Amino acid sequence: MINAVGRDIPEEIIEMTGKEVFQGVHYRDGYTYKKDGPNTKCVINNQGSKLVENIHEVLVKCGIKDGMTLGFHHHFREGDYIVNMVMKEVHDMGIKDITICASSLGKAHDPIVPYIEDGTITNIQSSGVRGKIGDAISHGKLKGLAIMRSHGGRVRAIESGETRIDIAFIGTPTCDDYGNCRGIGGKSNCGVLSYAMVDGNYADKVVAITDTLVPFPNFPAHISMTNVDYVVEVDAIGDPNKIATGAAKPTTDMRKLMMADYCTEFVVNTPYFKDGFSYQTGVGGASIASTISLAKIMKERNVRMRFGVGGLTKPMCDLLINDQVDCLLDTQDFDLAAVESVKNLKHFRISAGEYADPFNKGAVVNKLDFVILAALEVDVHFNCNVVVGSDGMITGAQGGHPDTAAGAKCTIVIAPLLQGRIPAICTDVTTVTTPGESIDVVITDYGIAINPARQDLIECMKDVNLPFKTIEELRDIAYSMSGEPEKVQFGDRVVGIIESRDGTIMDVVREVKDFTFAE
Amino acid sequence: MNPNKKRLRRTMMFLNAQKPALIKDPYIYKPDSIMLDLEDAVAQNQKDVARFSLYHALQEIDYHGVERVVRINGLDTPYWQEDVRVCVAGGCDAIRIPKTESAEDVHRVEQAVIAAEKEFGREEGSTLLMAAIESARGVMRAMDVCESSERLFGIALSGGDYTKDMQTHITGTGIELMGARQNMLIAARAAGVQCFDTVYTNLDDMEGFRKDVESIHLMGFDGKSIVNPRQINIVHEIFTPTQKDIIFAEKVVKEIDEKSAQGIGVFTVDGKMIDIAFYDGAKRTISLAKASGVYKGEL
Repeated sequence: MINAVGRDIPEEIIEMTGKEVFQGVHYRDGYTYKKDGPNTKCVINNQGSKLVENIHEVLVKCGIKDGMTLGFHHHFREGDYIVNMVMKEVHDMGIKDITICASSLGKAHDPIVPYIEDGTITNIQSSGVRGKIGDAISHGKLKGLAIMRSHGGRVRAIESGETRIDIAFIGTPTCDDYGNCRGIGGKSNCGVLSYAMVDGNYADKVVAITDTLVPFPNFPAHISMTNVDYVVEVDAIGDPNKIATGAAKPTTDMRKLMMADYCTEFVVNTPYFKDGFSYQTGVGGASIASTISLAKIMKERNVRMRFGVGGLTKPMCDLLINDQVDCLLDTQDFDLAAVESVKNLKHFRISAGEYADPFNKGAVVNKLDFVILAALEVDVHFNCNVVVGSDGMITGAQGGHPDTAAGAKCTIVIAPLLQGRIPAICTDVTTVTTPGESIDVVITDYGIAINPARQDLIECMKDVNLPFKTIEELRDIAYSMSGEPEKVQFGDRVVGIIESRDGTIMDVVREVKDFTFAE
Repeated sequence: MNPNKKRLRRTMMFLNAQKPALIKDPYIYKPDSIMLDLEDAVAQNQKDVARFSLYHALQEIDYHGVERVVRINGLDTPYWQEDVRVCVAGGCDAIRIPKTESAEDVHRVEQAVIAAEKEFGREEGSTLLMAAIESARGVMRAMDVCESSERLFGIALSGGDYTKDMQTHITGTGIELMGARQNMLIAARAAGVQCFDTVYTNLDDMEGFRKDVESIHLMGFDGKSIVNPRQINIVHEIFTPTQKDIIFAEKVVKEIDEKSAQGIGVFTVDGKMIDIAFYDGAKRTISLAKASGVYKGEL
């Protein structure tokens, strides 16, 4: 069945998943449902201990068995030890047919690939995957389907009961013996535990894993003891060097700086740029440079930001230090400056649900004026792809891309026209992950295209001295340099689905086929 | 091809002719000229590879009006003649002669260019020349160099080699370049050609770069050689007349045109005494403003 972004979703996938196809960003606005809830084992006796000796013991206590769904978060990013630690034990116990429901998976988790191959893990639900897991899924090694869903979409899936987490493993930088978890302190300080909060609230069994056990009460708790069944102390939950890095040196790449300047010039010429505006940006060089150049203009024009949101980096936290923003809403800390900033009274931790869940009574993304995003590919319909490489391999993550794009009044995507030799602006993206109806502006090093659906923005920019072009013109420039790329050759088997934030099917990802030259 | 000796050349950006990633689209940064380098940036055993890449870049890439200058290898090397053939065959706008010390050096390259223009069917005179001055001897003979050829649009100081020859080094203060800069500028102005300053290589010191550009702008240089696109906007900003300068220049030109028709020689504009001696300078400000894209008036 053809969905609203023109993708043909095979009937057997619709049948297998019981899902509808994507029908537009606001299709399920106003939908009513009863939220799911966890099976809860009460603790009334004050003599018991939640402390468990090791991962093996805790798996036994939680009643691990074939076919279960295990939850993980990605606040330790490429420094995470938790997924590998738990899955090794699960594998060694001979458990099969596990579904991993992670907020994201990265190269740090390459060691679980053999467990995919031997059937320990048969389904993966994640924002995205990188490295060898992506390679394994794209080559058809996962028995079931990989479901790629946004940060908001994951909360939706869990809250609605579509995904039931049997056991959630929450790596926590500090924890007391009764399960009060905090993202702050300890050896693996990650600042916040936003993505794990839904696991804490909805998983049947919740296991806190820490390498820094602190005296009770570890308050204020980010995930409360009231939701935690067991606590396991281990030697190390992550590699601090890969959790929060030193603040990235601002880029000196003129191409990125130029795109950042275009972006700032665009932002300040929209009607949304005024006292009290809100803003989110990512961690790419151009995004960070945009924040820096925006801060400069805010100072010059005496414009104040009401709130900044998202995964945070030093330039966003500097806005708070320099009193240019009222508050920051934090879902993830990308560098040590952001981790440090959590101590600021106006730096608020929020859950992934508060941030982006489309199935609650209103999330922060709906209050965003601007979001600055990146993309692997953008097509002439403004559809974006942030998950599947132009070679057909799963190699990225949705993150909050579709959530913020849908919510923000002005969604800006920055992408160099050519990524190496691959055109980033193309006729049709390899895989649609964020629909074009959510994307307002695309900024490249060769020019800027405004979505024709946004005539209001086109009107605002008519006297602005920026290199405006149509999206087709940008594609043509790209193709004039790279040539029109041949389509990636896929096999028939669907190995994954790109789930829209509302749970419908945006696109499917097929098994890659080794490239052969056309006749 | 549109050989234009007098075009605006505030920035000439050096790019290794062997690096596709660099030479595929430097025009997006809007320099006035690019300097595709076959000389120091290219290892000796890569010269032919660089020429191949250069030729195809010149033939295939639309540089959107940015002037394409090629720096060939020195006349004391076995490479320069083949470099000239490739430049002309590819259809570059101009050739930069390194280590120029005499009019004779320019003549040698000019002869090779004439031969190549014939060989490849290019219009005679379509390939311009510029000369880099890199030694004390070159500085002392700058006037001869400036007047050596009709094709020569300007001279450029190469500070690194020059300071070595002077037994000093680049200090960042400009003191070591003072004599050469003055001497070359005077020679260029006397001969009616353009004059370009040397590169500033410390990319971590953008403030130092700005000061350097401000000073060479006040000295009277036409532009500066640059090594990174981040330097472009600073140079263009400094070399672009301010709105205040433009408005004043516009008034001066209009008043002089008007008053001279009435037989008045000296008068005041905004409280300043003005006579015909201000005319050329004011016209130059307007044409620079036009070339920089900031003048929308009717002059």
